[in-house]
Amino acid sequence: MNVERLVAMVNDIASFFASEPDPETAADQVAAHLQRFWEPRMRGAIVRHLAAGGSGLTPLARSGVARLQK
Amino acid sequence: MYAMDHRDLGTPACVAAGEVRLEIDGHEITVPAGTSVMRAAALAGAAIPKLCATDTLEAFGSCRMCLVEIEGRRGYPASCTTTVAPGMKVRTESPRLERLRRGVLDLYLSDHPLDCDTCPADGHCELQSVAAALGVTQSRLPSGGASQRGMPPDVSNPYFAFDPDTCIVCSRCVRACRDVQGTFALTIEGRGFRSRVSASQHEPFLGSECVSCGACVEACPTAALTEKSRIAKGSPVRAVTTTCAYCGVGCSFKAEVNAKGVVRMVPDRAGAANHGHACVKGRFAYGYTTHSDRVLKPMIRERISDPWREVSWDEAIGRVASEFRRIQAKHGKASVGGITSSRCTNEETFLVQKLVRAVLHTNNVDTCARVCHSPTGYGLKSTLGESAGTQNFDSVAKADVIVVIGANPTDGHPVFGSQMKRRLRQGARLIVIDPRAIDIVRCPHVEADVHLQLRPGTNVALVNALAHVVVTEGLADEAYAEERCEVDSYRRWRAFVSQARVSPEATEAITGVPAALVRSAARLYAAGPNSAIYYGLGVTEHSQGSTMVMGIANLAMATGNLGREGVGVSPLRGQNNVQGSCDMGSFPHEFSGYRHVSDAATRELFEDSWQVPLASEPGLRIPNMFEAALDGSFRGLYIQGEDFVQSDPNTRHVVAALSAMECVVLQDLFLNETSHYAHVFLPGSSFLEKDGTFTNAERRISRVRKVMEPLAGLADWEITMRLAQSLGYPMRYAHPSEIMQEIASLTPTFRGVSYEKLDRLGSIQWPCNDRAPEGTPTMHVGSFVRGKGKFIVTEYVATPERATSRFPLLLTTGRVLFQYNVGAQTRRTPNLAWQSEDRLEIHPDDAESRGIQDGDWVGLSSRTGDTVLRATLSTRMTPGVVYTTFHFPETGANVVTTEYSDWATNCPEYKVTAVQVVRLENPEAWRARRRAEREARTPAAVSAT
Repeated sequence: MNVERLVAMVNDIASFFASEPDPETAADQVAAHLQRFWEPRMRGAIVRHLAAGGSGLTPLARSGVARLQK
Repeated sequence: MYAMDHRDLGTPACVAAGEVRLEIDGHEITVPAGTSVMRAAALAGAAIPKLCATDTLEAFGSCRMCLVEIEGRRGYPASCTTTVAPGMKVRTESPRLERLRRGVLDLYLSDHPLDCDTCPADGHCELQSVAAALGVTQSRLPSGGASQRGMPPDVSNPYFAFDPDTCIVCSRCVRACRDVQGTFALTIEGRGFRSRVSASQHEPFLGSECVSCGACVEACPTAALTEKSRIAKGSPVRAVTTTCAYCGVGCSFKAEVNAKGVVRMVPDRAGAANHGHACVKGRFAYGYTTHSDRVLKPMIRERISDPWREVSWDEAIGRVASEFRRIQAKHGKASVGGITSSRCTNEETFLVQKLVRAVLHTNNVDTCARVCHSPTGYGLKSTLGESAGTQNFDSVAKADVIVVIGANPTDGHPVFGSQMKRRLRQGARLIVIDPRAIDIVRCPHVEADVHLQLRPGTNVALVNALAHVVVTEGLADEAYAEERCEVDSYRRWRAFVSQARVSPEATEAITGVPAALVRSAARLYAAGPNSAIYYGLGVTEHSQGSTMVMGIANLAMATGNLGREGVGVSPLRGQNNVQGSCDMGSFPHEFSGYRHVSDAATRELFEDSWQVPLASEPGLRIPNMFEAALDGSFRGLYIQGEDFVQSDPNTRHVVAALSAMECVVLQDLFLNETSHYAHVFLPGSSFLEKDGTFTNAERRISRVRKVMEPLAGLADWEITMRLAQSLGYPMRYAHPSEIMQEIASLTPTFRGVSYEKLDRLGSIQWPCNDRAPEGTPTMHVGSFVRGKGKFIVTEYVATPERATSRFPLLLTTGRVLFQYNVGAQTRRTPNLAWQSEDRLEIHPDDAESRGIQDGDWVGLSSRTGDTVLRATLSTRMTPGVVYTTFHFPETGANVVTTEYSDWATNCPEYKVTAVQVVRLENPEAWRARRRAEREARTPAAVSAT
């Protein structure tokens, strides 16, 4: 999968949930969205990208993706 | 003329309260108060002669043929304009009445050709019928006086002819154009013998304002306005009631046929979505179904650079099965997938997703709703609890304020557009939110109270500003919001929209809309009392499409405009079965009825029925499939009726992805642009060739009935079934009704649906179950589907697609009345007479600074590609915004659109693309380059060998 494209997509998702005042809840919502709508190989690719440094991910996007690893 | 099996009652039904008992020709009858004597007589079985009256139009009282005698009243009143009264005693027949009617008839016949034997209306002409009833064969009046005989016919319209010789100037056509269609294109010009029906100001029909809806043709009592198909093919001998395969209005039609095929399509007066009205596409543009471009033999090829080879159904389907099994064995189950088509039936889309999930053992199934209304599903489900519009179309008749956002109903959904215009002529107020001054902003007898002409891409900022006014000016329905919705979510949202930074004044620089106009619109919407929102792809096809849908739902909940007639949030769905394809489980994350694949109980239900284990993880969406194809992990795709290459954004990217796959299977009527990348072509069937159901934008399930046998031998559902069998799965149905039984058994919202009930009721709006056995016209009555409505904070996030010095204009796209989506259907009809190319609409200021004049060839470029088309100067857009359609592959407008998409659903952002437009000094060089690019993307000759 094109990781640059996935990074842009997860950043867009994080932008929406950024209005949630509690950052932990916001990160949970990002993760829940990815879990619910992203096919496993997409989730795997973004998780691997984060493990490799997560270049380009916004802080909330990073937090959300990090929750997928758990 | 009417449908062949229609019995006309003369005047419309009256819905007034109370009943009246009267006597007609000695027989007592009870009818609703306000009913005309003519209608009451028809209901009583007495046929009063008439010429200017018909039950789709208000009484006119001009022909004087329907005179009756009423006890105690002087003279001979016209029965069409006389309403019933208690105790009234009416005589419809008497020697005196007969003399009067004969006298009137003499006048009509004195100026009418009596060549009934060769007239196309022979046997169906109302003048002929009246004359026969009165025993009159010719006029007693001398000929040779003033006459309009011999005037040349107008055959300019490709679908119908106007012959003034046979016109009796009854004005039914003029009234139909005015009252039913709302275009006001026709008039009676001149007086006395010089009276003549005229389109616009004495123009040929084709060049006039006429939109060719055909309401005038159907209303005509003689042969003056006649379908050319009827002239060519003769009288129909039978009629089949079915559903249109164009837009999401889902009009019901009677297909009238004889041995030569379909003679004409007549809108069904009993059709609950259209009430007997139609548009130019549904009524006339069905010729594509028998067009010579139809491919009727299955075809295969090893490589996309090879020529096609015609093969048997068995060989073609066997090839697909062996290739998919080979690919899955080598690259895993998730290396293949399928696409359902919103032009196919519910039953057919259900089978494709079943094949993907149960036979291919993956959830890699998606549908073309991905690129249009997927944000509707997400946004409405999140806020209200159901992925569908809240109303029926008739609800608009009770709306006091109508808001149209990013939709163009008079072009995209013309029959509903006419219904909306009718309500607006009655006095409803209108707010239009659109970058473009669409027709309904100002058309005959309709003018928007407010047009918020926002910059493309700023919808969310605008809806937040509207909400700001509602909340901060105390216009919200606090009691409704707090009782019907989650209080915490409401209060949090209220605090969000109350902030000064989202006010009309603060966002004016973003949206480009004067704050005062926004405030005016918000106050009007909140005042209602019944305010209804209708929206289209101008809402969904944005990077914040889902956010905007939620913003709309927030606004409706905050003002209490949900859960009753006259209000609501209604997405105007693009294709005939977009709603249905989504309902049927076409999305990769959910089963039919919008239940997530991770839900174990739902999965178990399907596993029990289908007798296979099912995947619990969501599959790939269409754009994800393309990305996976490019990385080599997705290699086989079964496409049921879709043209990615023309309709999806960033054509080069789509082409690269398709070219990377090992087995692309296209099931379609025609070799479309996507066929150039297919390895197997399976000839599909049109809506006239199969049984099934479509579900329209108001959740209305309507029957599709077979009018003729599938030209290629198999209906689409049969193709999918045979493919499943070839893959080793026992998928067997004798008829689509059996598929619907399975859908009903597995889908709570369809639990009560059956073909028997559909035949009995005509149509059903889901949910249809034990609680609503005959369906649900209005949703969320009393409570929301999700229990409490949920307000969601909708922060505006600007699209990354911005105008720059290199690409300083913003392009937005749409469609026009006479063409439809990628044009696969309408480009193969005489609709080309109205539009035969995509045009770029550009503001005169932008054109002048580029030296562009109307009709010039221009180059349209974005960062993803360029194309060439001709310019039309137009003040519909503000400077800085240009507009085009995507109907013609020669233009390929999606060459320039980008990969940006909705954050939640990946619905492409078609509506915002930064572009540059230049006048072409040497357009032929650009066109040659464009052709070369297109040919380079077309690896093989497409001729079947």
